[in-house]
Amino acid sequence: MSIELKIIEPTLFELSREGRFGFQLAASDVPAKDAHELLPDVALRGDLPLPELSEPDVVRHFIHLSSLNYCVDKGFYPLGSCTMKYNPKINDAAVAMPGFARVHPYQPEETAQGALEVLWQMQTALSALLGMDAVSLHPCAGAHGELLGLMLIRAYHEHNGQGNRKSILVPSAAHGTNPASAARCGYKTVSIDTDARGLVDMNHLRALLEKHAGDVAGLMLTNPNTLGLFEKDILEITGLIHDAGGLVYCDGANMNALVGTARPGDMGFDVMHTNLHKTFSVPHGGGGPGAGPVGVKKILEPFLPVPQAVRREDGTFGLDYDRPLSVGKIGPFYGPFLAILRAYVYIRHYGRERMHEISQNAVLNANYIRVRLGETFEVAYPEICMHECVFTLKALKAKGVKALDVAKRIIDYGYHPPTMYFPLLVPECLMIEPTETESVETIDAFIAAMEQIAREADENPSLILNAPHAAPVRRLDEAAAARNLDLSWTPREPVPSFQGDNGDGHPGTGRESASTF
Amino acid sequence: MSEVPPDYKYTKSHEWIKLDGDTATIGITDHAQEELGDIVYVELPEVGRVLSEDDTFGTVESVKAVSDLYAPIAGEVVEVNDALTGAEAAINDSPYESGWMIKVKLKDPAQAQSLLDAATYKSEIGE
Repeated sequence: MSIELKIIEPTLFELSREGRFGFQLAASDVPAKDAHELLPDVALRGDLPLPELSEPDVVRHFIHLSSLNYCVDKGFYPLGSCTMKYNPKINDAAVAMPGFARVHPYQPEETAQGALEVLWQMQTALSALLGMDAVSLHPCAGAHGELLGLMLIRAYHEHNGQGNRKSILVPSAAHGTNPASAARCGYKTVSIDTDARGLVDMNHLRALLEKHAGDVAGLMLTNPNTLGLFEKDILEITGLIHDAGGLVYCDGANMNALVGTARPGDMGFDVMHTNLHKTFSVPHGGGGPGAGPVGVKKILEPFLPVPQAVRREDGTFGLDYDRPLSVGKIGPFYGPFLAILRAYVYIRHYGRERMHEISQNAVLNANYIRVRLGETFEVAYPEICMHECVFTLKALKAKGVKALDVAKRIIDYGYHPPTMYFPLLVPECLMIEPTETESVETIDAFIAAMEQIAREADENPSLILNAPHAAPVRRLDEAAAARNLDLSWTPREPVPSFQGDNGDGHPGTGRESASTF
Repeated sequence: MSEVPPDYKYTKSHEWIKLDGDTATIGITDHAQEELGDIVYVELPEVGRVLSEDDTFGTVESVKAVSDLYAPIAGEVVEVNDALTGAEAAINDSPYESGWMIKVKLKDPAQAQSLLDAATYKSEIGE
């Protein structure tokens, strides 16, 4: 495996030319002062190499980088466990409205009634969708929601004189953030086995509850679980935990399988988060920020962070800080407001009557892939799945082709790879999640590409082993990248003007140096 | 087909243990390193730490995942393989020799009898 990292786009520093600028400041109408008079010496640097560029230099640089990116707007993105659904543009239109875009967190409540109403409406709508009694909109990510959820569980136990409970049960197939959140709250995680059905091993759960009797603070469970299967014993599971004096947390990462159809609150969960950047169409990652609101049953409501949005008796909206048992503030201001607003538009767009179409079409799409692709690849747990399906590529591995290689090869067909090697208990795992916004034509084309890769594994495996061939970079040495981590930029020789072919057959990406500008 | 030396003991969580009187050397199996893929980081305990059976004694991070390391047996850490820092590939290249992780002075060497023998571990990993 060779490293073929090419410079596919120079950095702004490399594009810089001395004296070039993109914006001319008006002449100063106050007397100029020397920087040394205004700032202490320690705050001044003589050698700060800021890039000097024209406006078109900068625009082309970022447009080019964005064109190298793969995103939901560009194509099918079946990344399991991530719910990469389409982000409707009407959400962005709402966010761009000046009353929302320019609202200031410190402006008086009476001048921000619309924004406050959005917060209150979202608390109410999410409570109804999750089957919970109250919602906090503060967490800025799923893991942040998990952390808050466990803080609430801890506060509850401490309030009830049960602060000595130190164990959180987590299934072996759980998201890695679950044990991490538990550890962050001072809990010890206890792993529950997954049985042959791909579900919580009930005998092991009972044995653990006996072994850790009196010490169980709670259980964290994703439902549907990380194998894409519905935990059929959920009522018994939540009952057992409650009988043991614990509370039950739902990792709502997979809520897209349930939304509008079933509610975690009705399954016995006491507290949960939901990812607005998954289920409720807010962009992920760099398009974020994310949002992981937390819903709770009545018993946990007193501990929610401050402030909560409230509707007062006179019909106006405000923020309530008078919550004596609150765990306090868990972030600045009132949560990731513009993400919350996008999700609000999405929920209003569907409405109560049509919300179930989301989960039903997501589940239908996943089962379509499970059955059709199951003719070519082995399904890890061959039964009806929820919103995602899990394949094990053990048979291909015997031919020398791993799940990693297939994931790289699918890039050549124009798709983002599925999630691979998660959950870890499935060998050579590929986890595929088609969301409800994908058409049958898109899914058929993806299945055809996967079938073609299976044929290549027999006929020409080197095509797969050396993939990707059509991406901006070839296969990278991930181990070297992680072992020799280098995140700092050091100046190189400036990129020559009129750079031609950059050696990979693509047209040159170097810029014509606008010397006549 | 991964290597399973006959004179070592094993755990279901893919650690190996090599006994020498009341001291044991511990690492992860060839099967484990193969499943994890290229290992890029390993976090090991301090010398002197007292481990109970099934305690997490460290973590191993590969390009695929971060996994906990579990103590197969109770004891006190008497030596840590510092040479692995910056040379984690040793765990992939030589899991049973230069890829060893910790040495533990056992609380009760007789406990080792309950660990898996090579034949049982082999069937456990389907080989």
